[in-house]
Amino acid sequence: MINFVTEIFANYPWLMVLIKVLGVFAVIMPMVAYSVMAERRISALIQDRIGPNRVGIPFTRVKLLGLGQPLADGLKSFLKEDFTPAYVKRVFFWMAPAVAMIPSFVVFAVIPFGSFLGAQKMVIADLNVGILFTFGIVSLGVYGIVLAGYASNSKYPFLGGIRSSAQMISYEIAMGMAVVPVFMLAADSAWQSNLTGTWKNYLDGVGLLNLSSVIAYQSDSLFSWMIFKQPIAFCIFLVAIFAETNRLPFDMPESETELVAGYNTEYSSMRFALFFMGEYAAMIAGSALMVVLFCGGWTLPLGDFFSTPAETLIQGIIHIIVFIIKIAVFLALMIWVRWMLPRFRYDQLMNIGWKRFLPVSLGNIILTAIVLWVTA
Amino acid sequence: MAELKNIEISDSAVRSAEALDELQDLQGEKMTLNMGPSHPATHGVLRLSLELDGEIISKADPEIGYLHRGDEKIAENMTYNQFIPYTDRLDYLAPLANNVAYALAVEKLLGVDDKLPERCKFIRVICCELARVSAHLLGLGAFAMDVGALTVFLHTFNEREKIYNLIEALTGARFTTTYTRIGGLSRDLPEGWTEELSKFTKEVSEAIEEADKLLTRNKIFIDRTKGVGVITREEAIDFGLTGPNLRGSNIEYDLRKAHPYLVYDQLDFDIPYGEVGDCYDRYLIRMEEMRQSVRILDQCIAKLPNGPVNLDDGKIVMPHKQKVLSSMEELIHQFMLVTQGQNAPAGEVYFGAENPKGELGFYIFSKGGGVPHRMKIRAPSFVNLSILSHKLPGHMMSDIVAILGSLDFVMGECDR
Repeated sequence: MINFVTEIFANYPWLMVLIKVLGVFAVIMPMVAYSVMAERRISALIQDRIGPNRVGIPFTRVKLLGLGQPLADGLKSFLKEDFTPAYVKRVFFWMAPAVAMIPSFVVFAVIPFGSFLGAQKMVIADLNVGILFTFGIVSLGVYGIVLAGYASNSKYPFLGGIRSSAQMISYEIAMGMAVVPVFMLAADSAWQSNLTGTWKNYLDGVGLLNLSSVIAYQSDSLFSWMIFKQPIAFCIFLVAIFAETNRLPFDMPESETELVAGYNTEYSSMRFALFFMGEYAAMIAGSALMVVLFCGGWTLPLGDFFSTPAETLIQGIIHIIVFIIKIAVFLALMIWVRWMLPRFRYDQLMNIGWKRFLPVSLGNIILTAIVLWVTA
Repeated sequence: MAELKNIEISDSAVRSAEALDELQDLQGEKMTLNMGPSHPATHGVLRLSLELDGEIISKADPEIGYLHRGDEKIAENMTYNQFIPYTDRLDYLAPLANNVAYALAVEKLLGVDDKLPERCKFIRVICCELARVSAHLLGLGAFAMDVGALTVFLHTFNEREKIYNLIEALTGARFTTTYTRIGGLSRDLPEGWTEELSKFTKEVSEAIEEADKLLTRNKIFIDRTKGVGVITREEAIDFGLTGPNLRGSNIEYDLRKAHPYLVYDQLDFDIPYGEVGDCYDRYLIRMEEMRQSVRILDQCIAKLPNGPVNLDDGKIVMPHKQKVLSSMEELIHQFMLVTQGQNAPAGEVYFGAENPKGELGFYIFSKGGGVPHRMKIRAPSFVNLSILSHKLPGHMMSDIVAILGSLDFVMGECDR
């Protein structure tokens, strides 16, 4: 029987990929739903309210701290009238929510969310240019919003779309520049060829820009985490992620007090929910990127059990759990910031992106280069 | 509202807009954007028709009147006491203060404004200041929400809830108070109310400091408000601004100090005033006014005298029901008051009170008898909004919300 199964996987390698995709999807979707829930509960906590605490198991009196709320929210958005205004550009109007949501999910393809489960490396596509792929996909996220703004054929969404395109483009540059020093440190073939044991196995055949090599670089101790080695890069990247995911204080595209709801003003029902889910999926993807690039990925500096690729199934599962917990910490940070800060003005946002972050990140690259050159 | 075509250029944002005008050839067409009457930032039913050049406003026309109910005309068809419920609906964020201002105006017409019992005056001051704290809490919260800080809004609403509970205990209604009567009040303070009030003043002080921590030194908030919507001294006077918006522009003018009414001259409080006249100054002034109002409330609680709350004049104040049933004279008074109203002398009178939004004035033209021949309400929000078409051009789209929030208007009062 076992032979039969292994034979099938050996003959059809895409089957394993499919299982991984489904597995990741099965984890991400509930995470999206429950990060909405967490957002509501944390904001309630901050604002001296209670938040949704009623919905539990349907048709019973069990409340479970309101953990059934995401289910009810989803059901509600399906039951709402899906209204298409008469004047919209229909094809684009229908396409936009999907275009907005898909990139945030596709990013997970290259993110190493664990070490090994059995012989399988816990990453869907082990690309040798992982980081470039991420940036390529993340930039696609803007199209959904621009398309929504354009297709709605209405003025507030239009302004929201325009703002978002400018915002995302300018912050992508700062974000890309912030990541360069990280790879200047990690993408070092001399260091990678010295690896032994399971790490060697883990990084077998991947390129220098692969995301798992960054994790390997950070696995030694707490202070080998990039957050300590590249604090400036981390700060810029963090803020850029806020801007990329359109979260307050950078939620220009939908700033609800000026633009009503920005690009999704004309959307209702499940299509609105898709934008919503896309935003939260992007938050999770951004958090995952931060964890991988700056906070050691799935490793923890607590001995070999946590900091070397897994040899047993349990170890592998624990690594995945560690990764998810780290993501949750960043999600909580994003939620907390959203409810504490006012919103930037559009021009101030551009100023920060172009006049502050870009020069600082360039300076950081040069600084890192000098340090590397001196120490080499 | 009339369009102002010739724009006086003063601040940097306007200058940049002018510089853009010189590059007219390079510009594309402008976009007309309709903001409101149903828009999250236009607090009620203000409608702005904007002309946008990219994100910069080149023309702004406020359209008002969506909440017009004809209050001034309604006043001509009812006795003075009957109009009090309508004053609740002027500045519906501070109904108590409107009640007091209106009652004082009519009492001035009747010539009894200086004969009011001391206790009545103190309670009216408490009402005014409670209303001021409530209105500023909302104004502040809404302002913070407009620039994106939603949490402050929820915090200030928590405090307003306490004020509403106090008002409910005092008047029986939370929103439409109708508390004053010509020549007095509808009822005395309920038992234990002052203790509740002093407990509230302590709690609200903490809440104000909390909001202060969240906003006053917040870099983003300062970026959004400092230097935005600068109203100079001259402009503030020319456009007839009153209240915190006037004081924000470095003019120390507060009716409570300039023409003290009630017992404001016996109370110790300061009038804050700003330096530049930008949104940030107006925000700071509202913060400080709340602290001063709390100070006034504490003093009023300490000084509150005993005694009657109504004038001892059966021709003005409705007599007690027990007396109406047992004594002839009181019966006649009650009959006359209900059917005819207070017999006011012929003449004209204007009384303005320092309300949370500015000077709320009632101009009453009486030909004698129980109803006014004409009543004009000078609504501070109406006058304050007149500066919009002058002030908005040259600002960014996002500045609109900051400016609107800092002007802190109420359309119920503006449209009347």
